[in-house]
Amino acid sequence: MIEQQLSILLVVLPLLAAPIIAVINRSSIAWAMTLSVTVCCLIMSVWMLSGVVDGSVIHYELGGWAPPWGIEYRIDTLNGLVALIVCGIAAATALYAKRSVEQEIPKHQIPMFYCAFLLCFLGLLGICLTGDIFNLFVFLEVSSLSSYALIAMGRNRKALTASFHYLVLGTLGATFFLIGVGLAYGATGTLNMADLSVRLPQAVDTHLVNTAFALIVVGVALKAAIYPLHLWLPNAYSFAPSVVSIFLSATATKVAIYVLIRCLFHVYSVEYVTNTLLPQLLIVMGGVAVLYGSMRAIGQTGMRKMLAYSSVAQIGYMIMGIGFLTEAGLTASLIHLFNHALMKAALFMAAGLFIYRANTATFENIKGLGREMPWTFAAMVIAALSLIGVPGTVGFVSKWQLLQAALEENHWPMVVIILVGSLLAIIYVWKLIEVLYFQPREKMRVTGVASGSENIGRSPISMAVTLWILALSCIYFGINTELSMDTAKSAVEILFAADGGQR
Amino acid sequence: MIEYILGHINYWIIIVLMMIGLYTMMSRPNLIKKMVGLSVFQTGVILLYISMAKVTGGTAPIVAEGFTTYSNPLPQVLMLTAIVVGVATTALGFALIVRIKEAYGTIEEDELEMMDNEE
Repeated sequence: MIEQQLSILLVVLPLLAAPIIAVINRSSIAWAMTLSVTVCCLIMSVWMLSGVVDGSVIHYELGGWAPPWGIEYRIDTLNGLVALIVCGIAAATALYAKRSVEQEIPKHQIPMFYCAFLLCFLGLLGICLTGDIFNLFVFLEVSSLSSYALIAMGRNRKALTASFHYLVLGTLGATFFLIGVGLAYGATGTLNMADLSVRLPQAVDTHLVNTAFALIVVGVALKAAIYPLHLWLPNAYSFAPSVVSIFLSATATKVAIYVLIRCLFHVYSVEYVTNTLLPQLLIVMGGVAVLYGSMRAIGQTGMRKMLAYSSVAQIGYMIMGIGFLTEAGLTASLIHLFNHALMKAALFMAAGLFIYRANTATFENIKGLGREMPWTFAAMVIAALSLIGVPGTVGFVSKWQLLQAALEENHWPMVVIILVGSLLAIIYVWKLIEVLYFQPREKMRVTGVASGSENIGRSPISMAVTLWILALSCIYFGINTELSMDTAKSAVEILFAADGGQR
Repeated sequence: MIEYILGHINYWIIIVLMMIGLYTMMSRPNLIKKMVGLSVFQTGVILLYISMAKVTGGTAPIVAEGFTTYSNPLPQVLMLTAIVVGVATTALGFALIVRIKEAYGTIEEDELEMMDNEE
């Protein structure tokens, strides 16, 4: 009973806090409120997930209107897991944010920054929790609009053009999604996702249903930065303020991939998807993304851009897992979703610390910085090893699962690509480690820091502690896989079982 | 054939409108023109929903004597939300363009790209 109320509180709490922060307009209060709201949401999402992990489903009817007429929040294991990822990363980012934001954002904009951050968080949570596909579109736009504003706050003026490109492409994607939703509504007369999944197979006009499917997939793929549609991602992540890159890299694309999974496996059925070109397309695009993203990552000269291209590659792994259309493949994708959020957040946090100290994260300027910041460097190495997939870290678990799924299907080319992708990851991670640790320290060319500033001397404890929490959880979830693995497995079982029930 | 085209005249107009928007967005280097294209494209979707909701001979969905067929009100309500979203997007886009003009001194995309690559 309480869990039911939690599902709506998760969205309402940040929605209330955001305007209050904007009205109070004091930066210290803004930060404290953001932190408390995100931590509350984290606790609630853990509570909620523990309620649904056994396979039960929480329903909440907004305003007491019964679905399919009213909007319904419908939480099963899959949503619960993704909501937990979003809340966890948001809480960690909020803890990390204080000092980093103070340095990177002009003082009078700080309250508005936290306001936009909470709105973005709320949008992503809403996407996870809602059971109504039009409501999902609205939340998608809430999170996108606030993330455009957040990205544009970066100090480099390139952040502005990056944000504008993201705005144009993101709106295009969302509009495609909207057309798809409209056509699906035209074919079935309902917007509730559970109801759609029942009515779509009965819909007579198959052209309409097929077109809706294509438009929804393309729209979501743009948001998820799936390989040929990834162009907005590298610049947006590398020129945004550090806190924003941490949050968006770990949550925004993951939530879009959740929407893709939800649409393919729940709204449309596995059976329907199998008969389309999409699975092969997803596998091929995933493979290309892994190779292309890794190659481009090797060629970069800045840490954040390298991490951004590595994200493109990692999204490739998830897409590949979805494309296999098997339980093992989807489980691997979901685990990778969880694991990649942890390690990419940790890596961007390390980049944020380097930026805090050296004011930039291009390789030229962070040479030898690892020796001066051994703790940050060590945590970064743990997360980077996880990115490669070294046993004992989270990256190994998900890659191992994905390899097994590929072997099960006898997809030998994909097996090779997964292994080659890991080798390429070793190259770019090594390049990073070499620059940070083995190259001689050059005289730091610090710009934009007032003389006598203590920034050069030490890293703020709050930032370092958060980084270590995430780095240690990379190891913890790599050894104790119960939480991520069991949850992902039960989520996948529910998706496939619901599908079997309809046939 | 003619009948097919005329019978679906709304949808043909919508397709033309959306393609004009999409083409403007892709082909014009001027950022404001890109935003105009985006708005036209979004307007096409609004028309699509409204056309879908129209029932031949239906009136506004208000219960009154003598009327039995009504147009579907739901897509119209949905489009109110979409219009709000569209306005917010356009406003944010223009705000960004203002900031870009202040930072770069131009809003032509090819010039922006040249300046970005020089750094």
